[in-house]
Amino acid sequence: MSTLFEEVPASFGDDVPVRRVTLTVNGEQRAANVEPRLLLAHLLRNGFRLTGTHTGCDTTNCGACTVLYDGVPVKSCTMFAVQADGHDIGTVEGLATASELHPIQEGFKDEHGLQCGFCTPGMMLAAKALLDENPNPSEDEIRWALSGNLCRCTGYQNIVKAVMWAADKLGGAADDSDDGSADGAGSDAGEEG
Amino acid sequence: MYPSRFRYEAPATVAEAIALLADANGEAKILAGGQSLIPMMKLRFAAPAMLIDINGIAGLDYHHPDADGTYRIGALCRHADLEKSAALAASQPTMAAAAPVVADPLVRTRGTLVGSLCHADPQGDWASVMVSLGGSIVAQGPNGRRSIAVNDLIDGPFQTVLAADEIAVEAVVPAAIGTRAGGYLKLERRVGDFATVGVAVSAEMSGATVSRAGIGLTGVGPATINAAEAAGSLVGTSLDGDALDTAAQLAAEAAQPRSDHRGSADYKRHVVATFVRRIGEQIQRSGQEAA
Repeated sequence: MSTLFEEVPASFGDDVPVRRVTLTVNGEQRAANVEPRLLLAHLLRNGFRLTGTHTGCDTTNCGACTVLYDGVPVKSCTMFAVQADGHDIGTVEGLATASELHPIQEGFKDEHGLQCGFCTPGMMLAAKALLDENPNPSEDEIRWALSGNLCRCTGYQNIVKAVMWAADKLGGAADDSDDGSADGAGSDAGEEG
Repeated sequence: MYPSRFRYEAPATVAEAIALLADANGEAKILAGGQSLIPMMKLRFAAPAMLIDINGIAGLDYHHPDADGTYRIGALCRHADLEKSAALAASQPTMAAAAPVVADPLVRTRGTLVGSLCHADPQGDWASVMVSLGGSIVAQGPNGRRSIAVNDLIDGPFQTVLAADEIAVEAVVPAAIGTRAGGYLKLERRVGDFATVGVAVSAEMSGATVSRAGIGLTGVGPATINAAEAAGSLVGTSLDGDALDTAAQLAAEAAQPRSDHRGSADYKRHVVATFVRRIGEQIQRSGQEAA
């Protein structure tokens, strides 16, 4: 236990029942024993070593820890790991395949949608949730959807461009689904240009 | 940051949740969206001995109008559900205006309206909205259900009159007399910040005349403020300039703002008055367009 969760006491008192949680992370079934007060962000980072999920403010302000909870973007610092029992979690590590970046990642690369990169995983997952629901968002809709994610470097302009880039790419290649069945690029009536 | 240790329970029914509440003897908190509770637990402002997670209870995520126009919002209805709802947009203008400005988009996917009411934060948007609408909550305990007006629910900052073994299972907005009109305006420095000032104005219109009105104020006092006198002054008027000036002034007088980094007390009173006037003008304009 102590090697798996460095921030949790190695031995729990008798009054603190450890709970077994089973969840799907990026399509893979995972299980862990957690103390109820363990945050989802910490299970992902310290338990599963999926350190792409960043804890920024730790006070529900910044959105750096955003993950997809059954496809819905949530702040993983504001949920307990026990709440993920039986649920499907998507993190930034689930975006790319072994050989290819996700179009959203390509967009951030191509449009310089990051500087220090700290907010980027959260930005990309919030963007993915948006594009799954609304494949052709307007600039306003993108800004609105990302308004819970703070960036302290770039000033958002290139982040918005990156998401637009990804929307174009996903819309233009609707049938080349790249990251599994739950992707929102369902309709191939893509509106290019 | 870690909260203090707590016992975690995830009941499958409301009855089980109530039994757990009774068992915990006032030391338990209900976990719905958790978007206020979990941050407070992390900061150790709250340290409940038991957390009762109601997210696994089926059938609480609804929001819908009854046949008579009464609107019901279940304890697990998220802000985002309301933000995206066509039914809400069609029938509840004050709520529809507030839903997109609660916190930020990520908090809205988890947070709940009923939870926000029970949290009783003076900065909570929904409490002002519900006060303006004459709304209530349904509290369920070992001896059944009772209705509590939101105006009576909150008896101080972060305090409600809910008994230790009661859980709020739904919020209720009564049917309107005539046509429902209204709006919610919020001044915030950035998305997700606490409101500098929030104002909810709800009116029920018989033609161009106000038959009933409510005004709730966010963030300008130690608790949600019911500006009843200001709202009362609108009844019988057609929201003309003089009527709005009077209501705006009375609402500003009802506010009890404190000067802080978000603005001086005078400034906040000024914003209250401005927002009352703006929402009133907006109601009047949309009424004229509809006519």
